[in-house]
Amino acid sequence: MNAPSPNAYTAYPDANGRFGDYGGRYVAETLMPLVLELGRAYDEAKNDPAFHAEMSGYMTHYVGRPSPLYFAERLTQHFGGAKIYFKRDELNHTGAHKINNCIGQILLARRMGKTRIIAETGAGQHGVATATVCARFGYPCIVYMGETDVERQKPNVFRMNLLGAEVRPVTSGTGTLKDAMNEAMRDWVTNVDDTYYIIGTAAGPHPYPAMVRDFQSVIGTEARAQMLEREGRLPDAVVACIGGGSNAIGLFHPFLADEGVRLIGVEAAGHGLSTGQHAASLTGGRPGVLHGNKTYLLQDDDGQIIDAHSISAGLDYPGIGPEHAWLHDVGRAQYVSATDDEALSAFQLCSQLEGIIPALEPAHALARVGDVAKELGKDAIVLMNLCGRGDKDIFTVAEALGSRL
Amino acid sequence: MRHNRIAARFAALKAEDRAGLITYVMAGDPDVETAFEILKGLPAAGADLIELGFPFSDPMAEGPPIQRAALRALKIGMTLRGTLDLVRRFRLEDKDTPIILMGYTNPVLSYGFGPFAQDAAAAGVDGLIIVDSPPEEADELSEALDIAGISLIRLTAPTTDDARLAIVVKRTSGFVYYVSVAGVTGVKEADAASVAPAVVRVRAASNLPVAVGFGIKTPERAAEVARIADAVVVGSALVDEIAAAAVTSAPAAAKVLASVSALAKAVRTARLDVNVTSV
Repeated sequence: MNAPSPNAYTAYPDANGRFGDYGGRYVAETLMPLVLELGRAYDEAKNDPAFHAEMSGYMTHYVGRPSPLYFAERLTQHFGGAKIYFKRDELNHTGAHKINNCIGQILLARRMGKTRIIAETGAGQHGVATATVCARFGYPCIVYMGETDVERQKPNVFRMNLLGAEVRPVTSGTGTLKDAMNEAMRDWVTNVDDTYYIIGTAAGPHPYPAMVRDFQSVIGTEARAQMLEREGRLPDAVVACIGGGSNAIGLFHPFLADEGVRLIGVEAAGHGLSTGQHAASLTGGRPGVLHGNKTYLLQDDDGQIIDAHSISAGLDYPGIGPEHAWLHDVGRAQYVSATDDEALSAFQLCSQLEGIIPALEPAHALARVGDVAKELGKDAIVLMNLCGRGDKDIFTVAEALGSRL
Repeated sequence: MRHNRIAARFAALKAEDRAGLITYVMAGDPDVETAFEILKGLPAAGADLIELGFPFSDPMAEGPPIQRAALRALKIGMTLRGTLDLVRRFRLEDKDTPIILMGYTNPVLSYGFGPFAQDAAAAGVDGLIIVDSPPEEADELSEALDIAGISLIRLTAPTTDDARLAIVVKRTSGFVYYVSVAGVTGVKEADAASVAPAVVRVRAASNLPVAVGFGIKTPERAAEVARIADAVVVGSALVDEIAAAAVTSAPAAAKVLASVSALAKAVRTARLDVNVTSV
């Protein structure tokens, strides 16, 4: 039981970067050779023990891994159902899971001889993590951030600047995460020789969805081992929030072969699914092609992408990583949603009962954890990824609650 | 047959020993009737082939001019269906000028590859350029277009090496579009000296005419490229005329068509200069 054996769910993507019908490499021809080169470089690194040893060293001494597995006793009592555990990835350096992926990709960029780093960011967590590794490894760093997000995540913009990164506000579209990603792609296609693009989520052209998943799988691999040690068994359900889906796939993937473990992803329902103002691409979208991959997207009848809405900037994305699209279709994972209001309630509940201020992103997951815990009952165990801390969100939450800071 | 409109036009250009001018405008920019007026006037103004953009909300390979054009078109409600309507109206007036639609995968996928190909052929579309559909992802689309008799025109780029070039041109028909700069549309300027060997390489690999675009803004630059390529594509510069006209309330169609005339004159006379470096 210590190492799950591979099954039909763990063998993806195929050589063309496909998870079933999803994924692929839908990029302009100018970028195609670069994307293929990245795929080859990642395959080599993946099979090089020295790459893993180096990454593991930084994970331990710089990121602070392994993150604890924490029994949320008071929330468990509050809901009166299954035991609730948190994987404490908010305790990582920079305060979220994003750094796991950035360490892997900056080491890959260095290995490839690239000299300039670009990234997109929504909430700013991935931007901060990228700026952090660029500072640590001595790379110039440009972060594209929608101007709406620049406004609502000012503390993170300041952090990125402190770390030496240049934040470029993006005014095209609605100035959120998808527009930042378009602009980062435009930068990449313009600076093909020296630039490495660190995508922050498990989306984009192959190999990004697989590579980001691999780097984030440290979350699930650790949690699985920790749970076996603590409880002597696997959890009955694991729950994570989903924007692009990198923390969720990082948690889910090491459990894919454990077919008794339910995998539950929580999308952002914004003002409510019926209002059309949400970010739930699986629940409210249909398959299409954006940002280099085929996946579920919020779109109109003409195939134009519809702007997502969520109180959480990190979930405010009209697509989802292609592996989630596939896990959804084959039924291995289940996808539900939580509204802005539900996330705000969970945010306060977690702060008050556990002394942990969660980011608004995992507050969405927590909003459904109570239901799952009640449904499964007292003998069961639910594991949730607390993928980020909430310091960055206090202004947003204060405003939503009518307080002035 | 539709294939023949593109082939016939390039054969005629070859017979005249001159390069063609391909003009790009966005369907529905700035509004349906003005866009139609422009489209209708392009052949007389000197466009040899027409690229008609259909808007997409997230045009990853476009610079600001065409991004803004797409937003203007979306704002007035232009769609892929609406784009085909424009082509249908154009074909009532012009039977010979090839029309190539250009855009991104998602609107076409959303329409359905098969139904789109049939409707586009019926409307009088001759070719299709899909920026974010490399050959590796295009089998299904290629098949639908083959059945309908529409050419899938591929982009090659400065980053495309010989091994990859062979893959890219494999299922290309009509002509090959050489992206002359690594970058988005309408930002960097093409450098004729580096374009020349690339055109030779692409022509040899494909046995097809080679059109050069992305970064050709002025008649002077168009003339330089016309000496080495089979066709010159100008887009962002024309689309910017529409944007500028909107600001000053000038007649957009007249301004765009005047620019096209100037470009056409430069392209048509490019190889007549004495000091040409012809390839």
